[in-house]
Amino acid sequence: MQLQDLEKIFQDKIDKEIKIEPKDWMPDAYRKTNIRQISQHAHSEVVGMLPEGNWISRAPSLKRKAILIAKVQDEAGHGLYLYSSAETLGTSRDEMLEQLLSGKAKYSSIFNYPTLTWADMGAVGWLVDGAAILNQVMLCRTSYGPYARAMVRICKEESFHQRQGFETLLVLSKGTDEQKAMCQDAINRWWWPSLMMFGPRDSESTNSDQSVKWKIKRKTNDELRQQFIDMIAEQVKVLGMTLPDDKLKWNEERKHYDFGEIDWDEFWAVVKGNGPCNKQRLDARKKAHADGAWVREAALAHAAKKKNRQLQKVA
Amino acid sequence: MKTYNTKYFYGDYGEIETGGPATQQSQAEWPLWEVFIRSKQGLDHKHAGSLHAADAQMAIENARDVYTRRMEGVSLWVVESKYIHASNPDEAESLYEPANDKVYRHPTFYELPDEVGHM
Ligand SMILES: [Fe+2]
Ligand SMILES: [Fe+2]
Repeated sequence: MQLQDLEKIFQDKIDKEIKIEPKDWMPDAYRKTNIRQISQHAHSEVVGMLPEGNWISRAPSLKRKAILIAKVQDEAGHGLYLYSSAETLGTSRDEMLEQLLSGKAKYSSIFNYPTLTWADMGAVGWLVDGAAILNQVMLCRTSYGPYARAMVRICKEESFHQRQGFETLLVLSKGTDEQKAMCQDAINRWWWPSLMMFGPRDSESTNSDQSVKWKIKRKTNDELRQQFIDMIAEQVKVLGMTLPDDKLKWNEERKHYDFGEIDWDEFWAVVKGNGPCNKQRLDARKKAHADGAWVREAALAHAAKKKNRQLQKVA
Repeated sequence: MKTYNTKYFYGDYGEIETGGPATQQSQAEWPLWEVFIRSKQGLDHKHAGSLHAADAQMAIENARDVYTRRMEGVSLWVVESKYIHASNPDEAESLYEPANDKVYRHPTFYELPDEVGHM
């Protein structure tokens, strides 16, 4: 069959909402885009454990500690689901890990910000997981089958993440003056970086057409960002707190909130590796990977030994 | 000068390379396993996902930790992925098409008088 025919059959399937599965023919660029997107999404889940892991030993109660451990454990699982679906496209786990550790592959910039107080655990759950959820709900309908299925599983687990975050802030918002201030401060610091999670403005992400055509992505950065702002601007009222944007205002005509300009210089600086914690995060991952080397080797050696013993018994 | 990513999707942060050369890794990867879960007694095991593990026992333990944290299952199967053989999607037509013209395999093909009642 001619390449054009294959491409036509492929695009027809996508137009008819038929999922693409691992052994189906697909254009190289589709494979590559998916590998990159899925693996970097996986890296984000894995690196995303670090800012929250930072507070496990200092959680204010046993209950909060158990919740935080459960959430961080979920994120490890999300990383695994995603790595697995990228592997169905013909890349290996080791290859992906190496790209993360060498700094070649990116992960979400949001995790390059520090978690300074306990209230950050609330703000991260509410805002960061909240922003991720909007993206991930969209991705449940992405055209590559294994990616979509991983997303469905992930979304089921995510809703607790956002709720526990909001509840953490809710408790603080009803606390002492100091706790209220801590709550507001965390919201102030996390608001803008959360908006940056949706990426550059549509006018600047020139090549997103292809991904939309292939139905890898179904909504634009700006659409998702607006959806997020509309949601959070209402929820923040329940906390009796404010968002740090004096241009934030309901626009009756648009039926959306208007908002102020994102600091794009900061955005690009963090993407390029100059955020507050880029180095720290990568160093932590490298150390964890190196520290685990002997476990990986020992497990393989143990498995081989067991297998040998079994073979000898049979013989 | 600002260089903008041409692509930027969630989980896709562009191709800017900031890191040094990739470190040489000779680590042998743990084998890949497919995980199947019986969600409750009486139902079939269904494919849930995959994971890496050094052996079957570790695969089951890891599957328990990753895929059944919220009572998703009462029983687990793990199969090393290399032992799974799949049909070729390009042959889907010749494999499944013949079933299309055998409508007489379906109960609705037969018209019976109403008096027969439910059959
Ligand atoms: Fe997650
Ligand atoms: Fe999460």
